[in-house]
Amino acid sequence: MFTVLDMAQPDKLEEAFEILAKRKNNTILGGCAFLKMSKKRIGTGIDLSRLNLDYIREDNGFIAIGAMATLRDLETNALSRDAFGGILSQSVRNIIGVQFRNGVTVGASVYSRYGFSDLLTALLVLDTEVELYNGGRMPLQDFLQKPYEKDILVQLRIEKSQRSAAFSSFRKSASDFAVLNVAVSSLDHQWTIAVGARPGRAVIAETASRALSQGHLSAEELEAAAKIAADELSFGTNTRGTAGYRKALCQVLVKRGIMEVLQCKSN
Amino acid sequence: MQIELIVNDKSVTWDIEKDEFLADTLRAHGFLSVKKACDTSCCGLCTVWMDGKPVLSCSILSMRAHGKKITTIEGVAQAAEEFAHILTAEGAEQCGFCSPGFIMNVLAMKNELDNPTEDEIIHYLTGNLCRCTGYMGQLRAVKTYLGVA
Amino acid sequence: MQEVSLRNVGHSIPKIDGLSIAMGKPAYTEDLAMPQALVLKILRSPHAFAKIISIDTSKAELVEGVECILTYKDVPKERFTLAGQSYPEPSPYDRLILENVVRYVGDEVAIIAAVDEKTALKAMKLINVEYEVLEPVLDFEKAIGHPSVVHFEEDLTCNFDIGLHKEQNIVSSHEQAVGDVEKVLKDCEFIVEDVYYPQAQAHAMMETYRSFTYQDHMGRLVVVSSTQVPFHIKRQLARALQIPAAKIRVIKPRIGGGFGGKQTGAGDVFAALVTLRTGKPAMIIYDRQETFSCTTSRHAMRIKVRLGADADGFIRAIDLEVLSDTGAYGEHASTVLSCVGEYTLPLYNKTKAVRIRGNAVYTNKMPAGAFRGYGATQGTFALESAVNKLAERLAIDPTEIRLKNISQKGETFLTGHGVQLGSTALDRCIKKGREMVGWKEKFPRQTMSGAKIRGVGMAITMQGSGIANIGTASAEIRLTDDGNFALLIGATDMGTGCDTILSQMAAEVLEVPLDKIYVSAGDTDTSPFDPGSYASSTTYLAGTAVIKAAEELKGKILAQGAKFLGVSKEDVIFEELSVRRIGGEGEISLAKIAEQTILGMGNLQLAAMATHGSQISPPPYVAGFAEVEVDVETGKVDLIDYVAVVDCGTMINPNLARIQAEGGIVQGIGMALFEEVRYSNLGKMETNTFMQYKIPCRQDVGNVRIAFEESYEPSGPFGAKSIGEVVANTPSPAIVNAVYNAVGVQVHHLPVTPEKVFLEMLKQQ
Ligand SMILES: Cc1cc2nc3c(=O)[nH]c(=O)nc-3n(C[C@H](O)[C@H](O)[C@H](O)COP(=O)(O)OP(=O)(O)OC[C@H]3O[C@@H](n4cnc5c(N)ncnc54)[C@H](O)[C@@H]3O)c2cc1C
Ligand code: FES
Ligand code: FES
Repeated sequence: MFTVLDMAQPDKLEEAFEILAKRKNNTILGGCAFLKMSKKRIGTGIDLSRLNLDYIREDNGFIAIGAMATLRDLETNALSRDAFGGILSQSVRNIIGVQFRNGVTVGASVYSRYGFSDLLTALLVLDTEVELYNGGRMPLQDFLQKPYEKDILVQLRIEKSQRSAAFSSFRKSASDFAVLNVAVSSLDHQWTIAVGARPGRAVIAETASRALSQGHLSAEELEAAAKIAADELSFGTNTRGTAGYRKALCQVLVKRGIMEVLQCKSN
Repeated sequence: MQIELIVNDKSVTWDIEKDEFLADTLRAHGFLSVKKACDTSCCGLCTVWMDGKPVLSCSILSMRAHGKKITTIEGVAQAAEEFAHILTAEGAEQCGFCSPGFIMNVLAMKNELDNPTEDEIIHYLTGNLCRCTGYMGQLRAVKTYLGVA
Repeated sequence: MQEVSLRNVGHSIPKIDGLSIAMGKPAYTEDLAMPQALVLKILRSPHAFAKIISIDTSKAELVEGVECILTYKDVPKERFTLAGQSYPEPSPYDRLILENVVRYVGDEVAIIAAVDEKTALKAMKLINVEYEVLEPVLDFEKAIGHPSVVHFEEDLTCNFDIGLHKEQNIVSSHEQAVGDVEKVLKDCEFIVEDVYYPQAQAHAMMETYRSFTYQDHMGRLVVVSSTQVPFHIKRQLARALQIPAAKIRVIKPRIGGGFGGKQTGAGDVFAALVTLRTGKPAMIIYDRQETFSCTTSRHAMRIKVRLGADADGFIRAIDLEVLSDTGAYGEHASTVLSCVGEYTLPLYNKTKAVRIRGNAVYTNKMPAGAFRGYGATQGTFALESAVNKLAERLAIDPTEIRLKNISQKGETFLTGHGVQLGSTALDRCIKKGREMVGWKEKFPRQTMSGAKIRGVGMAITMQGSGIANIGTASAEIRLTDDGNFALLIGATDMGTGCDTILSQMAAEVLEVPLDKIYVSAGDTDTSPFDPGSYASSTTYLAGTAVIKAAEELKGKILAQGAKFLGVSKEDVIFEELSVRRIGGEGEISLAKIAEQTILGMGNLQLAAMATHGSQISPPPYVAGFAEVEVDVETGKVDLIDYVAVVDCGTMINPNLARIQAEGGIVQGIGMALFEEVRYSNLGKMETNTFMQYKIPCRQDVGNVRIAFEESYEPSGPFGAKSIGEVVANTPSPAIVNAVYNAVGVQVHHLPVTPEKVFLEMLKQQ
């Protein structure tokens, strides 16, 4: 169990960041589900509860999601629930349980860049920006490639569009971590395929996405794109599955994901 | 540190440790219905309501309950008993250890969802583990309670 | 007593403690502990096998709030077993409370008692231990003859010859043979031979292990423990702590699940030792990680099966060869091993020869122990998988091969010493189950849309009801001064509802409403002896004891009533809570009888006490049917439907029987599909949280449907047998069989994971 020596509940982001920067073991508190399991000795725990960051709202053509919005908010809020074929909602709705999702936060989930993250996989196929207090705004993909720096994730911004998307997650049992996550989206014939829980962090299958975008979406091309995705990405082995199995799953799930997107388009 | 909160409709002021979690605080103050069965936020036994929403009290810092309304099964005894009678009529409280948290989530579901389907019920209650009953009896009880076939 | 209209027995009465526990009333060990009790933490071994060279607690002891720190230097030198079994236990005395040898990752090194958890943990970090690390025995298939000997100590003893050869890491060898298996096999037309690996499974009861101890006003040690076996805990503590048993009282409050796990002692001995040393109340609560990795699990096994059948489809020979992984200590090693055969070989009695041979071996992993099913689960998986294979080989429907070969009422079986089967409805269970699941239409497979194929599979199983010639139970019933009845039982309700069921039986015999009976149970000072709730014994044995006591007491009440009425006992009946003269004037109420006998000048408290043991252990049966859907592109197996038809004799309380069955089936489903205790290469358990060890959640179990086919067991109370364990056994073989029937993949190593299915399908292509 982690210990916290001091607590701060700043009223301003500025102040929160100052405290964060002050000492190495000062730490932002999200919903604490993950922190709680660590053996961390935290100097000052920084609670963002007073910063009104628990919103999900429309903001100039973007869906803006505050860092302290919970996964349950993301699942049930009309704005996030209905956009992009509901993949935001779908990507989180099987994580543990309602009570759990009422506690854990979007900000922590994204900032931590967990390999197993369902949400990150879904966010990657949308036009998602991450806003950090210090680092400013950047595309999610850049954020994921950036070296880890102490900062505060303030909000996510997802550009609203007619993008169709599908998310699927392969789990051994319903409330387990995923063996593999796949998200697929398409907008104006541009396709994006993301694969997570490889078990490494979610990434975009660039070559496969490009191949799909350039083709005519014939059955053979779908199969081929799925195979390209499985071939271009790297997979690893952990207790939930071997690299070889993940690779095989990747091909199946990508193919199914593309077909699902095509289906929602035709509806 | 000190927190002021409302527990089961009563205002209280409690001294807590900074890194204390709500389940422990509640138990220390005599709310023994709050059970814990894991250290990883996985089981749902510790479910209470914070401002009416079901949460895992084992994973909520007590500090965050400051200014909030916390409800345990003791605070909704009448509604809880109504359902508990149905649950026990099914025999679906076996060891009973998971029951208070389960009941709190069932009541929360009733407040949140209108006419849920069986799938929606199962989905809403997924975070409540039970090792004894195999879930079927709990489902029968919930359906009887909600009046869905 | 058969077929009369019963008022209590056979009715789905809610549990008498149900509402209180559901509403979270304080009733469990932690709820009852004194707030000022010392908090215990255990420093545990990071090594799978090591000797402690030195241990320095001096810094830790200086931490403010630390009450005491105990190491191997501070404990009695008498070895004992934590197995909750009747004395003399057939488990080796191979433990000390703390020892200078640690035999698995998590084995206890030191006990820290402090004013609170934080202090105890802080002190724990300051203890300095130097280990000499030894080569561990991790692979149970390599344990026999391994250069490392897990128990090399000289003073290890055992009450019986269980075939212990500790220098070879063999805890127990077992062989039972009737007829000449090799010869019969040679004559068989069809032979099936296969190897199966049922895995270690965690009990994962929701309330972790915990114990609260204090010394009472007479200096006796009181232990409030979440246990299934209070009397065994008492005896165990007396031996381990080397104090007289008369100085110990064990109380079992409500407990949050056991499943056999709490038939083995856990933290009691540590808390008790601290209380004895300090004179202070102490409490130990195992966290989830300790519960997973420092208690017991189901025995992992390798079971080789050979089956022989003649041309007509009669099974003529069964040969089982078992290797059982008992881990670092030998709790339940010999008995679980023998039960593999005990509860499988009698299923089919057209046999001419049967045999079970095997060894239970020590390894440097967490000990295995008792777990619902107790060897039968593992044996059923192996035998029933093989029978399904045989059916295919013979081109007989799996249900038909069973119907043809199962033991019938009045028949004997080879290992049964001539005892005739008193009751069975297994044939009806099979027939009903296949109808419910739609076997005829669905066997073996149906191709669905998409990449999905559905398959059905089945298995049957049996268990016992109590342990023949060993199990015993006692009950006492008193007419109380207020005209009610106190029912005193040693049986330990762990949510199973035995307090309710036994009250129902007492009420039935005494012809009083249930609410006139109150139960006092699970206290070694006041309860009559009962070994505890295990071996599916409570309904069958304690039930009969209750009936005997109730009948005797009823006779006494009638006699007393008759005396007050001035007539002979034959002239009165008991009716509407009164003793009445048959056909004539005059009655006296129960309350009046109580008042006039117990109070004032009556000088007589009416009470009766009975003890019951049984020379037989009649088997309950289950026929289990699984329907699965396999995704042929991913190997994912979804359980669509599970039908279990149960013969538990008479159902004393149908609802409680149903819940037992549903819960057991789902635990079995967990074993079949999800659960697996896994270790790292260094012997550290990797599955020590609910994040890594997945028990089924609500979405995982599909539809589970239970039906009953009652039989009437003449030796059981109101015709009842048992239900608690038998329900755990069919899911593994039935689901494995359903997967095979769907996609042709035979899984030998449980659980059935998507990856295993996928890889096997790949090989077939
Ligand atoms: C048992 C369990 C099972 C899970 N299963 C899944 C799963 O199947 N799929 C899945 O996708 N996820 C899963 N998760 C992860 C979960 O969804 C959350 O992502 C995770 O718990 C982190 O959220 P939190 O609010 O608990 O964060 P915390 O534990 O509070 O914080 C995690 C980290 O993020 C930092 N942090 C928090 N907020 C910010 C911020 N605004 N800016 C910068 N840093 C911040 C903290 O300092 C900390 O280092 C699981 C978690 C648990 C405990
Ligand atoms: S105790 Fe398990 S989720 Fe809270
Ligand atoms: S009734 Fe025991 S865990 Fe649910």
